[in-house]
Amino acid sequence: MMTLKVNGREHQVDADPDTPLLYVLREDIKLNAAKFGCGLGQCGACTVIVDGKAVLSCVTPMVLLEGKQVTTLEGLGTASEPAPIQRAFMEEQAAQCGYCIAGIMMRAQALLQRNTKPTDEQIRTELDPHLCRCGTHMRILRAVHRAARLMDTADATPAAEGRAR
Amino acid sequence: MTAPMNIDRRRVLAGGGALIVSFSLSGALAQQQDPPAAAPPSPPGSLKTTPYLDAWIRIDADGHIEVFTGKAELGQGFKTAFQQIAAEELDVAFESLKVTTADTGLTANEGYTAGSNSMKDSGTAIQNAAAQARELLVAEAARRLDLPIENLRTADGAVVAPDGKRLSYGELVTGDMLHVQAQPKSKLKDTATFKVIGRPVPRVDIPAKVTGGAAYVQDMRLPRMVHARIVRPPSYGAQLTECDTSAVEKLPGVVKVVRDGNFLALVAEKEFQAIKAMNALGAAAKWQETARLPRQDDLLAVLTSLPSQNSTIFERSNSPASGRKTIEATYTRPYQAHGSIGPSCAVAQLIDGKMTVWTHTQGVYPDRQGIAEMLRMPPASVRLIHVEGSGCYGHNGADDAAADAALIARALPGRPVRVQWMREQEHAWEPFGPAMVTKLKASLDDGGKIADWHFDVWSNTHSMRPGGAGSMLAAQHMAHPFAVPAPRPLPLPEGGGDRNAIPIYTFPNAKVVHHFIPTMPIRISAMRALGAYHNVFSIESFMDELAGLAGVDPVEFRLKHLEDQRGRAVIEKAAQAFGWKGGQKAPQDRGFGFAFARYKNLAAYCAIASEVEVNRETGRPHLVRAVAAVDSGQVVNPDGLINQIEGAIVQSMSWTLYESVTFDDSRITSIDWQTYPILRFDAVPESIEVHIIDRPGQPFLGSGETGQGPAAASIANAIANATGKRLRNLPLTRKRIKEAIDA
Repeated sequence: MMTLKVNGREHQVDADPDTPLLYVLREDIKLNAAKFGCGLGQCGACTVIVDGKAVLSCVTPMVLLEGKQVTTLEGLGTASEPAPIQRAFMEEQAAQCGYCIAGIMMRAQALLQRNTKPTDEQIRTELDPHLCRCGTHMRILRAVHRAARLMDTADATPAAEGRAR
Repeated sequence: MTAPMNIDRRRVLAGGGALIVSFSLSGALAQQQDPPAAAPPSPPGSLKTTPYLDAWIRIDADGHIEVFTGKAELGQGFKTAFQQIAAEELDVAFESLKVTTADTGLTANEGYTAGSNSMKDSGTAIQNAAAQARELLVAEAARRLDLPIENLRTADGAVVAPDGKRLSYGELVTGDMLHVQAQPKSKLKDTATFKVIGRPVPRVDIPAKVTGGAAYVQDMRLPRMVHARIVRPPSYGAQLTECDTSAVEKLPGVVKVVRDGNFLALVAEKEFQAIKAMNALGAAAKWQETARLPRQDDLLAVLTSLPSQNSTIFERSNSPASGRKTIEATYTRPYQAHGSIGPSCAVAQLIDGKMTVWTHTQGVYPDRQGIAEMLRMPPASVRLIHVEGSGCYGHNGADDAAADAALIARALPGRPVRVQWMREQEHAWEPFGPAMVTKLKASLDDGGKIADWHFDVWSNTHSMRPGGAGSMLAAQHMAHPFAVPAPRPLPLPEGGGDRNAIPIYTFPNAKVVHHFIPTMPIRISAMRALGAYHNVFSIESFMDELAGLAGVDPVEFRLKHLEDQRGRAVIEKAAQAFGWKGGQKAPQDRGFGFAFARYKNLAAYCAIASEVEVNRETGRPHLVRAVAAVDSGQVVNPDGLINQIEGAIVQSMSWTLYESVTFDDSRITSIDWQTYPILRFDAVPESIEVHIIDRPGQPFLGSGETGQGPAAASIANAIANATGKRLRNLPLTRKRIKEAIDA
């Protein structure tokens, strides 16, 4: 049994220590956002934030996460009370199938938490670990820029992280 | 519910532990069995095959309205478009409707969600069903109020009399009112009064997708659900010779090992336990491999030397060919992968002899037929429910995963079984987009116009989708296997390998020959745009080569050969918005390219101009910007249409510049994103602009696939413009460009 802090709440998890974080999030904590894409760290669909940094949860064993803060897309906001990044993706209609989107949003969130005014070049470089097959890249880039502007006028700190402090 | 209570019309389907009463789908079948002597004009869209209005629209006494479609939402956004169409024609608020998508227990059989046909088939059916439902409600109000129909209007879910008296749809609807067959013609609204159609309504599926709501079949969690993984053979046709499962069965969490011939799978309580056990089982399995795959680097010779059935699909000889200058060219396309970001997934459950499968298949009814045949169950005992998956872009592993889940669930009655493929399984086992070869030859007359045109295309079929069990891997691998069905060429006018092979341009002499190749050395099926991707790439590249030979600007050259006015309009719009000028010169190391097609020669029109930069040192191409113009008839959701075209350009650019499936003499070797690289953010264009030419009142034309071919040719033409070298073999990789520059 291990204690995992996810979206500001502590969870007792009964899983083998080598279990990648992705499976714990999806199966034990029943969160949907982080997705299985490749299990190899090649596509970014599983990305979550750990202590402020974007992490590929499909290749990160649970045992490395003792005492750390894990944030998933669910921890940022909800459909009725979306966080700035979620609002931005809705306003730009930045998805088609959307399977890759949660991972991309989490890396963008991590970027915006440390750099509130990234250049277009910085956003593209940051998102390079991520694949999108529907070709919604133009909208994704616009949405990240929009999120940066929204965060400029709002509290960028996710609600869940705020509660955890 | 307004379900008619006529018991003999009622069909009871059981699935997922719930009883579903289906009352309106038998109408189509009844009509098929007993055709009228003189066929009356049929109603439009899918109303032809499913004519009862309540198969599409149901209104209950509280005024709740549910719209049904047999098509599947694949991320293309039409669930929102259908809701707009129904809201518009019913005169109700957009938010007040609910749309239910493909489910063999609930919706019409609309075959596959494919070929950019959803708006044309289902959108048209919903539009007409909604308009006719509204007419019936108005007629009922007229009867109750004793007023002429002309004096009544509808607004916000009610019929309104001149004195302001309102009768809500819920009050007006009676038991059997909508259980009537659609009329051939509907009183559709005047397009000038549209309030919902034509607006960029935000997509209904996006909020859940950007907040971690349950949006995909991958997110399903049923009580007592177990996780399964498959151990696939290492190559096509490999035989399982030995497999000691005893050690795997003792691993933590393992519930069962399922073996049926060469089908090998295991089930565990938790997902990562299943993956670990899959690895152990894979190590224990011994296979005998026999596959003999063709030479990947010589597809031209491979395809043109296989036996083919040749048919002349177009021939015109109006005047003796007076060509003075003749050129020939050969273009090739490799096998390419759908490459869904999420590997295929399905959940299945067997309860009391009834199998329910939740799947991201594009065709719940054909897939049900295949699964029922595989399980030797009556189709009525199998229910398939579409749940969104990762984008598929055609026939990927979805149907196979559904069959996997059903076969395993049969071995564990009562327990829901969730199967998800691993990345390497999706990459190695999905049915790829077929490799193709085209050979073109044309002559110019003295006036620089095309005098004669010859087009030959070699291709496999472009659909091996289920219908029968033999299309699905699990059924092929069972101890008593189902044979892969014989491939058939898809009929024109839509076509398969010959899709868009017939030129839209007018040439005095032309001949188009389709060389259909039945032998399939690599597993293939439908991939977005089918043969149109390569055929349009070939035609539109060759048009540029001919324009160069004629010394005419490529846009002007196209217009000189095109009579279709809507086609001319998109070409002119894209050229104007791009800033295209005859005799222009692109900046240093850059090139401009142009291409155009009407998808299938009967769906949406699309023209694309692009600017590509080529690094002469490395050969690396970069699409800097693209400008598209599209005409898809009446536009329902302009932002949805723009999203589709933007996506088509970006995806086609990835296919065109980077992608080919690789294999050695027995195995597929492109098994992940390193061995099958696709576009990443560093190569995303600076801008993509999409201009819509709206055609109010004109039929919906499918647009989901219209951009694939023009984007490819536009980029190829821009690379030729930038380098002076013509590349004819897809993909147009950095290496090939560099070799061409250095040659």
